[in-house]
Amino acid sequence: MAKVEKRRAVSDERLHGFLREMLLIRRFEEKVEERFRAGELPGFLHVAIGQEAVAVGVCAALEEGDVITSTHRGHGHMLARGADPRRMYAELYARRDGYNRAKGGSLHMIDTELGFLGANGIVGGGIPLATGAALQLKRSGAGRVAVSFFGDGATNEGAFHESLNLASLWKLPCLYVCENNLYGEFTRQDRHQPISDVALRSASYAMPGVIADGNDVLDVLRAAGEAAARARAGEGPTLIEAKTYRHRGHYEGDMGAYRPPDEVAEWMARDPILTFGARLVADQGVKQTDLDAAAEDVERTLDGAAEYADASPHPEPDEALEDVFRETVGGAALR
Amino acid sequence: MSTTMTYSQAIREALAEEMERDPEVFLLGEDVGESGGVFGVTKGLAARFGTERVLDTPISEEAIVGAAVGASLLGGRAVVEIMFSDFATLAMDMIVNQAAKTHYMTGGRLTAPLTIRLVTGTAGATAAQHSQSLEAWFAHVPGLKCVVPSTPADAKALMKAAIRDPDPVCFFEHKLLYNRKGEVDDKVEPLPLGRARVAREGTDVTLVSYLKTLHDAVEAAETLADEGVSVEVLDARSLVPFDRDALRASLEKTGRLLIAHEAPQRGGFGAEIAAIAAGEMFDLLSAPVARVCGTNTPMPYAPELEGFVIPDAARIADGVRALTVAKVA
Repeated sequence: MAKVEKRRAVSDERLHGFLREMLLIRRFEEKVEERFRAGELPGFLHVAIGQEAVAVGVCAALEEGDVITSTHRGHGHMLARGADPRRMYAELYARRDGYNRAKGGSLHMIDTELGFLGANGIVGGGIPLATGAALQLKRSGAGRVAVSFFGDGATNEGAFHESLNLASLWKLPCLYVCENNLYGEFTRQDRHQPISDVALRSASYAMPGVIADGNDVLDVLRAAGEAAARARAGEGPTLIEAKTYRHRGHYEGDMGAYRPPDEVAEWMARDPILTFGARLVADQGVKQTDLDAAAEDVERTLDGAAEYADASPHPEPDEALEDVFRETVGGAALR
Repeated sequence: MSTTMTYSQAIREALAEEMERDPEVFLLGEDVGESGGVFGVTKGLAARFGTERVLDTPISEEAIVGAAVGASLLGGRAVVEIMFSDFATLAMDMIVNQAAKTHYMTGGRLTAPLTIRLVTGTAGATAAQHSQSLEAWFAHVPGLKCVVPSTPADAKALMKAAIRDPDPVCFFEHKLLYNRKGEVDDKVEPLPLGRARVAREGTDVTLVSYLKTLHDAVEAAETLADEGVSVEVLDARSLVPFDRDALRASLEKTGRLLIAHEAPQRGGFGAEIAAIAAGEMFDLLSAPVARVCGTNTPMPYAPELEGFVIPDAARIADGVRALTVAKVA
């Protein structure tokens, strides 16, 4: 694990911020889980509990105007980019004030102002989209980058290989960030691909393949920062493999019985939030009371967000007919 | 003033004029750049606009369409060529799950205004994987507009409309139309989608068609005129949106409807048109709705087999003759 003192470039304030963001993501999802288990939320729910350091570390390397495509496990990416938890909860609660006006839910959430181009219900589906976004960013010449998050499972999709080939060929400013949580749905990595390091796959596409400790926010930031600098300089894409672990099953309701208890215990001990908090206390002289205060602040924020979402109206049923097209040709395109 | 040009030239002119008008318009696809595409539709455009705006791609349909969709999310106006519409099967996630649904599932906050050019139909003995007419698949997916021009003039005007349209548009081009000539006005405005065209006026039977089969329908109508049967031929021009008003206006004159298309009959767009007529215009019908379409088979290779599968003017004329004596029971 990278030593905090080697990271002089990262201010104390930013380090605090990283911890708070990870905590916000963790508690955001834990609270959603509670509602989901109580039967209060419809639909599917995939949480990224345990993977928060990847989202926060990558987003810490981004600037205004950069864009992201995400996955079915995307709440953390969106929050790390600065999304409003109130409108995220409202979307999950299927309310009108949700980011997608209750048309998308967890799997399709977006924030266009933040350049968050959407979670995605299709494994690997966001990879070509980020590639195209990177093409457009390159065409506009503003030095912006696109980021595509995806899991180890997605690297067996054609979309992954086709996209990396295209992006390297055209030197597109794209960061391909694989959150390798060791499982594609219920199937362990050694049973779904014949390699353990996804980063190896970069070699076929003549781009750098970098492995980061996905449970160490600073190591993720290091990898993402280098890749982003490279992309902004016109040197093309990078494949980053962040090795991490999801503490939960593939979706809410999956107990993850296919995972050996020893493995789970080992990764739980490497919890990215607990370990980072301990390092801040040990290496930075941060007081435990400061961490507690941050946690309380997160609770207040999320309780307020939940109140906002609960107060938001449900959509009217016939709103289902809206938004199919931007231009319906007098309604003719809907019939 | 007008000029005689081919369907292929008309599309090329539309692409070029839109690229001149809007710097965000760009083209991508397999071999579309320096070689101008296997059917030559984009010939000369890379030389004129540069290879940064006319992009040759690897043979990677999902990444090509995905790149077009992704660029369109950020304001790019991508026009992507699917060299044979059969290859769209390799890009269906990007078309069906991503582009078509972007506007809806984001509650209208984001849209993917790309144009997908799908090279459709047989070119003559092109067999099962290079000849399909898949327009009904795309018309079935909410969120996609579907355009099916049959003449150079319409191809040019509709391509301009497709590129400027704020939603994803599937633009079907029939291979056997590429060299077909027609008059095109020297100044062409975009033609709003959803307006059918009366290709030939008549009073006894309404014959709805599009793409290449439209011309077979007109030929059949000419034959039948010599026999004293007056056929009105309606060129749908776009399937989504479909021009119900034009269908109604024609059926008010004729009371009889036949639909002809190259795609297999089962589940083809003709079934939708038949259902529209039967469900919404039943009072106008004096005979059952009829269809003359491709057989429910893959496209065979041998010319005589292909000829059996695809409707031609003679078969369409037979269908009309049968319809003129049919009555509602």
